[in-house]
Amino acid sequence: MTEKTVIRGGRGGAALADILFRWLSFALAATIVCLFAAFIVILIIEAWPAISAFGLKFPFSSEWNPVSERFGALVPVVGTLLSTTVAMLIALPISFGIAFFLAEISPHWLRGPVGTAIELLAAIPSIVYGMWGLFVIAPLLSGYVEPWIIAHLGYIPIFSGPPMGIGILTAGMVLALMVIPFIAALTRDVFMMTPRNLKEAAYGLGATRFEVVRDVMIPYGKKGIVGAVFLGLGRALGETMAVTFVIGNAHNLSWSLLAPGNSIASMLANEFTEADGVLYTASLIELGLILFVITFIVLGSAQLWLRSGPGGKRR
Amino acid sequence: MLDRELKRRIVNRLVLVISCLTAVFGIFMLGWILADVIVRGVAAINWGFFTELPTPPGMEGGGLGNCIAGTLLMTVTAALIAIPLGLMAGIYLAEFGRDCFFAVTVRLLADIMVSAPSIVVGVFVYLIMVKTTGHFSGYAGAVSLAILMLPVVIRTTEEMLSLVSREMREAALALGSSYPGMMFSVILKAARSGLVTGVMLAVARVAGETAPLLFTALNSPYWMNGMNEPMANLTVTLFNYAMSPYDDWHALAWGAALMITVSVLVVTVVTRMVLGTARKRI
Repeated sequence: MTEKTVIRGGRGGAALADILFRWLSFALAATIVCLFAAFIVILIIEAWPAISAFGLKFPFSSEWNPVSERFGALVPVVGTLLSTTVAMLIALPISFGIAFFLAEISPHWLRGPVGTAIELLAAIPSIVYGMWGLFVIAPLLSGYVEPWIIAHLGYIPIFSGPPMGIGILTAGMVLALMVIPFIAALTRDVFMMTPRNLKEAAYGLGATRFEVVRDVMIPYGKKGIVGAVFLGLGRALGETMAVTFVIGNAHNLSWSLLAPGNSIASMLANEFTEADGVLYTASLIELGLILFVITFIVLGSAQLWLRSGPGGKRR
Repeated sequence: MLDRELKRRIVNRLVLVISCLTAVFGIFMLGWILADVIVRGVAAINWGFFTELPTPPGMEGGGLGNCIAGTLLMTVTAALIAIPLGLMAGIYLAEFGRDCFFAVTVRLLADIMVSAPSIVVGVFVYLIMVKTTGHFSGYAGAVSLAILMLPVVIRTTEEMLSLVSREMREAALALGSSYPGMMFSVILKAARSGLVTGVMLAVARVAGETAPLLFTALNSPYWMNGMNEPMANLTVTLFNYAMSPYDDWHALAWGAALMITVSVLVVTVVTRMVLGTARKRI
């Protein structure tokens, strides 16, 4: 409803109050746009020493040497992408399974409790995930799981090296745990929007539940599901605390998922307050800028995708 | 023919079983994490945990009283900044700028900011507030939390306001109310419970945030003397203590984890329940 649709009397004071109110709310809505512009501008200005010193080499150099002041983003960028890939590979099948369960399999009385449990899992602060990963998951991995992986799959380069318990693989697993409830809840909402008559028509033709999901619900909700996956991806890329605890914080480029590494966010968390020297700080800020731009592209395209054309289900 | 039928049924069964297992996995993980946090955390909780200052490793006793106070104060300050801003911006989206380009942009940016990396927010606030003033402060911490709350408040306000019927607005205006009068004395009241829960969800979201505080509020081992100085808080303390090599600090960190988890989960559960009824009622 715009104010044009409302007929109102011509009392001057009230009209003035209306206009002021309208402009005030407009100005405050504009703060988020200004904030966003300020984000980009200030990060670029403060990262400029590094941008001008290293130019386009920055994202592709694996050097990170505060003493000789040579910096490159390759190690944390690769670490971020690798841990996120591991997380998504684990999280996607499990989230879809949970969404399928909640939308189609679960008896009615169980939907509420299981749904709430998944939402609680999403509400646990990331630092608690990280701490739990460090003290509970990492010892389990280094004591039992990783030795087994190394013994049986160690000939594959990505599974070589000593069982440290912390590293890219652990970070990916903890990240997966964090994005599962997020993607599962969104996908469940998409599944639930499938019109009843479509599903019942399929059941009436003798389709099994799996076939209804595969041939009716997934095609119908394709758009929402892809959007949900990208939103989860955006979250995982920028996650800091859960990763910082368990990724190992080593400036180390390795083929092995068991080796400790670093992500952009964990590197910022560990080094930003301790960085001395203009170039060191500027390089860290440029890392932050890279992370911001990557997540902006992923989240932004997910949102635009969800809004575009028919089937744009979210407001 | 029969063979195909059998195959379909087996595949179906298999998928159903796997799907049930994933749900069991989700619940199991929730139970596992909560059990660990509760069992290890409860051991650290006693009266001193809430009232005393942290002690150096190896010394008996000690608590996180200053951190609890700092987290509470910064979260409340953040809410005081974000709520008026977010409320008005939400009113703009719901009332004035329905589908104009500007409103669409604000909505899009708000939705992106909800999931934007919080550590970059910390870097940003460090650059505008810590670097310029020359010292870490509780204010900077509160501002970075407010930036994270803002998009949540904007979007829930918009949603809740659009649930209030058009007739109610027209009735208020027909009785001679001005537009802001109608908004504040009728519409916001009608949407009250939904708005409150939206704010609580935003608070729950930032109460457990660590990354934006690392470079803004930093941390402090003392009681606060005001917000214009580095400020003790639960989450950064948890991070420092958990990464330290000392067992008694680990114990305190589990206590902090328990406090944060329980308060965030309680707020989340209560607000979800209220939100459910609010959506139905309006």
